[in-house]
Amino acid sequence: MPEREVKLTIGPQHPMLKEPESFLLTLRGEKITEMTVRLGYNHRGIEKACEQRTYIQDMYLVERVCGICSHSHSMCLAQTIEEIAGLQVPKRGLYIRTLVAELERIHSHLLWLGVAGHEIGFDTLLMYAWRDRELVMDILAIISGNRVNYGMNVIGGAKRDITPDQIPQILAAVDTLEERTKYYIHVGTEEITLRERLSGVGKLSKEDAIRLGAAGPTVRASGVDRDTRRDDPYGAYGELSFDVVTDNHCDVYGRTLVRLGELMQAYKLIRQILKNLPEGPIAIKAPRKIPAGQAIGRYEAPRGEDVHYVKANGTDKPERVKLRAPTLANVQAVAHMLKDGYLADTPIVIAAIDPCFSCTDRAIATTNLDNGRTDRMEWPALRTYGIDWYSKQGIDFAELNRKLRTMRESN
Amino acid sequence: MFRPGKMTSQVLRSLFKKPVTSLYPFVKTPMPKNFRGKLRFYQERCIGCKMCMRDCPSAAITIKPVGDKKFIAEIDLARCLYCAQCVDTCPKKALEATPDFELAQLEHGKLKVVFGDTSPVSTKTETK
Repeated sequence: MPEREVKLTIGPQHPMLKEPESFLLTLRGEKITEMTVRLGYNHRGIEKACEQRTYIQDMYLVERVCGICSHSHSMCLAQTIEEIAGLQVPKRGLYIRTLVAELERIHSHLLWLGVAGHEIGFDTLLMYAWRDRELVMDILAIISGNRVNYGMNVIGGAKRDITPDQIPQILAAVDTLEERTKYYIHVGTEEITLRERLSGVGKLSKEDAIRLGAAGPTVRASGVDRDTRRDDPYGAYGELSFDVVTDNHCDVYGRTLVRLGELMQAYKLIRQILKNLPEGPIAIKAPRKIPAGQAIGRYEAPRGEDVHYVKANGTDKPERVKLRAPTLANVQAVAHMLKDGYLADTPIVIAAIDPCFSCTDRAIATTNLDNGRTDRMEWPALRTYGIDWYSKQGIDFAELNRKLRTMRESN
Repeated sequence: MFRPGKMTSQVLRSLFKKPVTSLYPFVKTPMPKNFRGKLRFYQERCIGCKMCMRDCPSAAITIKPVGDKKFIAEIDLARCLYCAQCVDTCPKKALEATPDFELAQLEHGKLKVVFGDTSPVSTKTETK
């Protein structure tokens, strides 16, 4: 009997997913023949909200785009605004920003390592990696005051200084973490179960990685030597020496090795930053009103390249802010990776790009599958669509509106 | 890497270790120095310039005049995102972030707190 095609929907609410997102898998037996992603369950209207707030307020709003790479987004926006305003950030400010960026990379990669272990049923790795992550979280709390949403960036520099007594604490934590990471690299390269489980899963060839525009560790694990920190240096990266870690495995195993390698590079970078920390002010005063102009900022977030576009019109509020998080670049690659793979590999392949769907969900656009035309829904049309949809379900808003009115009037 | 019994030493060590969790309500971990918790308002320093209101990302703070050159601060702790931008903005250092983070309330209304003496008579007191 020939195998029938089965359509399987995963999400938006599913134990496998940490955030709501919908995946439609077409299966033939156990093999996946096609996968489509439906984004939009996490849309929060951040770009529009940015336009209604001042630049100072936007720094905090953008920091909350993502819970893990909060420093990435705020630093990327700060860099973009500084470019428009022509601000020269003091060197010490750049070094402190870069330090926090690398600490965040360690925190993000250790978190990913734990999640990857969890997705393949290797929960010991989750416990180990997350225990070590506490060290870097504590360091971030000492520097910035908070474990997440550090608030270290301000337009024109860094917000908080590094005191001399913090430096030995950071170095001690980095030493311990380096020992632990060496052990993980040992486990990653020697442990048979891990290697066998991850090898050949989620294949993405070098050509496909370039064609699909993948970013970050996903593209570097396919043998593409691409890293914004080296290609377009920002912060203090131009003055620091580090290697771009690449791997030719082109699968989830390669992505694990790239992230572990990047952890080692991050320790190297932190030691260099703390050794060469320049003296001087940490920030310069930025004007409230940013002169008219536009700029694109690039930043290598732990998950890949983060791109921000800002258009200023001379007031204290931006005219347009566009954010592109790395997951949006990688999500098409996931559809390709899953093709011809097994259903059981879906969790780890999706987790391997370190997805952040709340970073990804931005615009409302509907594509008509018949003619391929993309329509944007304006607010009144969206409202009518919503009311019609609910009245088809048997919910009438006329009665509710009347009740609401009487409630308001009686108050 | 097939070495049976390799974990035994770790298991034995873990058996005699103290638990890593802390008995939270009884034992409190001190907050880091830069921690940004509930705000403190120094009424006598406030000049009513309302710069904090302008910069607050979530419109959580309201400065209201109560008498001659006397102001109170109304802070909605539920709206506040504890970024301490108002502390940085204040030109007279009338606001300060404290390490107080235990702000949970059973009633939503209690999260709206008024800092400062509300009587219009000028009394120079420091309020928390």
